[in-house]
Amino acid sequence: MKILVCISNVPDTTTKIKFTADGKQFDGTGVQWIINPWDELALTRAMELKETSNGLIENITVINVGTKDTEITIRKALSVGADNAVRIDAVPTDAYAVATEIAKYVEKHPFDIILTGIESSDYNGNAVGGMLAEILNIPSVSSVSSIEIVDGNILIAREIDGGKQILQVPTPFVAVVQKGIAKEPRIPSMRGIMAARTKAIEIIPSSNIQPLTDYVYFELPQPKGKCKMIPADQLDELINVLNQEIKAI
Amino acid sequence: MNVLVYLEHWDGKFKKSTYELISYATALSKQVQSKTYGLILGSADNTEIEKLANYGLENIIVINNDALQILDNQLFTDVIYQVSDKIQAKYVIFAHNNTGKALSSRLSAKLKAGLVSGVISLPDSLNPFIIRKKLFTGKATAQVKVNSEKVIITLSQNAYGVYENKVAIQNVQVDVAINSSLHKTSLKEVQKFTTKVLLTDAEIIVSGGRGLKGPENWNVIEELADVLGAATACTRPVSDEGWRPHHEHVGQTGKIVAPMLYFACGISGAIQHVAGISSSKYIIAINKDAEAPIFEVADYGIVGDVMQVLPEITRKIKEFKN
Repeated sequence: MKILVCISNVPDTTTKIKFTADGKQFDGTGVQWIINPWDELALTRAMELKETSNGLIENITVINVGTKDTEITIRKALSVGADNAVRIDAVPTDAYAVATEIAKYVEKHPFDIILTGIESSDYNGNAVGGMLAEILNIPSVSSVSSIEIVDGNILIAREIDGGKQILQVPTPFVAVVQKGIAKEPRIPSMRGIMAARTKAIEIIPSSNIQPLTDYVYFELPQPKGKCKMIPADQLDELINVLNQEIKAI
Repeated sequence: MNVLVYLEHWDGKFKKSTYELISYATALSKQVQSKTYGLILGSADNTEIEKLANYGLENIIVINNDALQILDNQLFTDVIYQVSDKIQAKYVIFAHNNTGKALSSRLSAKLKAGLVSGVISLPDSLNPFIIRKKLFTGKATAQVKVNSEKVIITLSQNAYGVYENKVAIQNVQVDVAINSSLHKTSLKEVQKFTTKVLLTDAEIIVSGGRGLKGPENWNVIEELADVLGAATACTRPVSDEGWRPHHEHVGQTGKIVAPMLYFACGISGAIQHVAGISSSKYIIAINKDAEAPIFEVADYGIVGDVMQVLPEITRKIKEFKN
């Protein structure tokens, strides 16, 4: 079996977000770029599955839609342990354009399991995985917090309100994964970093997909008013606030 | 050119978020001068359906079939697609929750209709269609323009509000083909959490950080949550340490919450945690360090040891209630 992990290149989660003065673009100056945290967990789980599958899983490929700037992130995915990497040379304008570009690749190079993170931590679209599955006309499972292979069957946990459902899913399918899928992202070993240097990144030309949506204006929220401090020995004041203002009691 | 709103149900029942979704959908219909249709897949209680009329929903479509009892994204999308076509929907609205995200993305690709997820208000303009959403996990907002004729949105929870508007509700019959061969996923098992109040539904959340010092001290969080009818939550280090389960982790890579009140107890206020709680209406922070960044985002702050302050708050609330 072959696994495809879709990875997105996003600003580090500690980044202080800012936009250009005209509000039309994200200001990326001085920003550290990383693998989208959920995609990194997806890759980690893919590695774990491969290592414990007794050869059932032969290959893990990572794919990214992005310009040359994203190669540092792709290289990191290779150093974690992905066997192959593909970059579709396009600006990731919106989820539909990204999903369509990836679908065109997958139609020519089939995979059994396709993993995407639940959302990218920048545009929070929550969309590429579902769109990709629909374009490919295959099943998708969202809010996935575990994937196991038991006697050759794939069992997936889908988080629902107040619990989880264990589903059996035939391949090929898309799993949209979230927290819990792997314990912690795997850190590249020195050997992995050395090996990644010589692995080739396959570059696929863009199909120039027209986006269905455009970002026209960005804004930062209004700063909050000052925090009112209540002395720890005057908690009756807090009870008043809870009752009168917040109406919580 | 109508508005279609997908109404998820939980064992046949609806939630406050359903009423918010309907309030929003009917307001959008008014803005675009069209009709709103609510769509239910599977079996919902009739008395529950009647309640939907309290929020302005006039037309309800119920499609029930054996294949629609357990969510399958591919089959459900196919059915919603057919309904949207039959009622000539121009706008399709989902809740911005697990199911809404799963279905809206598939439907967007099937209809080639632009998807804006996590919207926070009614559109700023209709032609072109421009609407606001949150991004960077609540650290910013953006205006998004939809280029396609049809539009799909998911509505952020607690962003719009619930508005009562009593109308008469009528059942609308729509014939669709249920292609049950699309239902390829099969349910093997259901595991329930023992949580009393669900984090994503909670009006009040009591959350603990590393300041609690260890899992054995969580009783002070649970006791305050109990007296407030609140859900319990935690920060990432706490769930990573295994003090609390992963599904309680609130923050950038965990759950994003938007309750009326968020109690941050022994939480320093790392940027990733703050991103997950910034949509809360009120934040009350308790921390022994007066310089902790959590006080920059809190509405009310108490400097003190959570192990002493929390039991005292719990006691005073009990006293007040009696």
